[in-house]
Amino acid sequence: MSLLKLAPPDLDDDVAVSSIVLTPPTTRGRRQRRFRVPRLVRRIVGPLAVIILWQVVCSAGVFTSYEVASPLAVFDAGRQLAEQGVLLPNLLISLRRVAEGLGLGIAIGVVLAVLSGLFRIGEDLLDPVVQAARAVPILGLVPLAIIWFGVGEMPKIFLIALGSTFAIYINTFAGIRGVDTKLVEAGETFGLDRWGLVRKIILPGALPNFLIGLRLALVGSWLIVIVAEEINAQSGLGYLIMQAQTTDRTDIMMMGLAIYAILGLLADAMVRLLERRLLTWRRGFSGA
Amino acid sequence: MTMRTQVTPLESPTGVAVVARNVQRTFNGRDVLRDVNLTVEADQFVALLGRSGTGKSTLLRILGGLDPEYEGQVLVPERRAVVFQEARLVPWLRVLSNVLLGLGSRGENRATLRDRGLEALDEVGLAQHAQDWPLTLSGGEAQRVALARALVREPQLMLLDEPFGALDALTRIKMHALLQRLCARHHPAVLLVTHDVDEAILLADRIVVLVDGAIAFDAEVDIAKPRNRGDASFLALRSRLLGELGVNESAPTPPVPSPHLVRPGSAVLTVPAQSFDSLPNDFDNKEIFQ
Repeated sequence: MSLLKLAPPDLDDDVAVSSIVLTPPTTRGRRQRRFRVPRLVRRIVGPLAVIILWQVVCSAGVFTSYEVASPLAVFDAGRQLAEQGVLLPNLLISLRRVAEGLGLGIAIGVVLAVLSGLFRIGEDLLDPVVQAARAVPILGLVPLAIIWFGVGEMPKIFLIALGSTFAIYINTFAGIRGVDTKLVEAGETFGLDRWGLVRKIILPGALPNFLIGLRLALVGSWLIVIVAEEINAQSGLGYLIMQAQTTDRTDIMMMGLAIYAILGLLADAMVRLLERRLLTWRRGFSGA
Repeated sequence: MTMRTQVTPLESPTGVAVVARNVQRTFNGRDVLRDVNLTVEADQFVALLGRSGTGKSTLLRILGGLDPEYEGQVLVPERRAVVFQEARLVPWLRVLSNVLLGLGSRGENRATLRDRGLEALDEVGLAQHAQDWPLTLSGGEAQRVALARALVREPQLMLLDEPFGALDALTRIKMHALLQRLCARHHPAVLLVTHDVDEAILLADRIVVLVDGAIAFDAEVDIAKPRNRGDASFLALRSRLLGELGVNESAPTPPVPSPHLVRPGSAVLTVPAQSFDSLPNDFDNKEIFQ
């Protein structure tokens, strides 16, 4: 055992009476902004910057116009096709295919999810089948779809419907099963019958998840329609892109892709709007 | 052998709101309620006291018709309402729609119902929040909406499952006063499940203590209202009830020695019998406690 040497604490007068600097309790990044840029403007800045960069790179001659068409060339190609009356009809046909396929997919997905979500027997019978079918790559079904439905509209709508069904089913099912059992119990004690529980508690409770499924389904259907139209079609945006490839028109190919991108953005904005209207009761954190 | 009786309307003119006879409830072989007998008169405010896990919420759930898996006989009125510890408001229904949840299927006039709902909200002081979303309310406000949702049904039996347990102390005092006012006006039979002895003495006409699933104490509270926590009779009943619950306030708590003050060899440590299973095979206490 060693002895400890004890000494009085060092008393430095300067330290003992030094004053504390006081500032208002603002955290960095949480400061009140005097001027707020509108949300829409802020969201457009990113894509706009990409387009400008793209134009600058092309104007600088980094790529040949065969490799990458500049944004101006892409816009010009779009204008020409529109003037020839080619763009709009093909665009409308693609839109229609997506709308029909998606509508069918949503209907089937919701019905299946409700059956499996509400009834244990439904889950046991349906869920394994849907899960197994989901594991099949949809684009691998293109040749089969042609054998089953020929080369008309049916195979395209079938493929889109199939793709969106899974996204809707998985998310809606999870939403139904995720509804707080305490709310269901409260509904029961206050006299809601089975149908009342489904209508007032279970389905509205599953709505946020359904909307997530809807977003995924929208993205998926655009993916499927372009592939379906490139493989077997005489019309549609995908068909235009394929035609452009045979004639080496990079500008038209990229125009088709740009339209897909814009439509994707619009679809996403639509779902956001839907969310804002349907989910006003939520007051979650939505970014600083 | 199971005698299972569904919750049925009570056809009794005798002014009795709850009859429970030989009620038993088993969860996975564990007896949660053992032969409980309880009669609650209409207009009576009964506090059901007990530590956590003694079966008081189980009994309340049985009386509320939320648990059909019991044995014995239970009779309750048809008009009954439950208030849970969490307000359990449906977040996507506005406050008024929450109050009216499940009503209106009996063909009542919409406007009449709406007026009744607003009246109930007014009674708990929240009429101005009728069109708000539940998530914008504070905890106390949400619980007041839950009370309004119970009241609007004009219940003959109110089942309160630790309704103030999640509220802060100041809000709880206000809620006690509100509950007393509402009971004085509407005269329902009340069964309040709580582990708060003071709350029970403050509010109840009668206190029932549940210990290990059986009724261990059952007596009327004969202290004049309004009751005061400082009164001798209040304190006497308080320490009596705490004793029933196995809490002895007057005995000094044995000092807990800090681990590093225990000299080797001076402490006798025992391991609860059932936890020997979880000890590693090579566990040798000599090595550790020498």
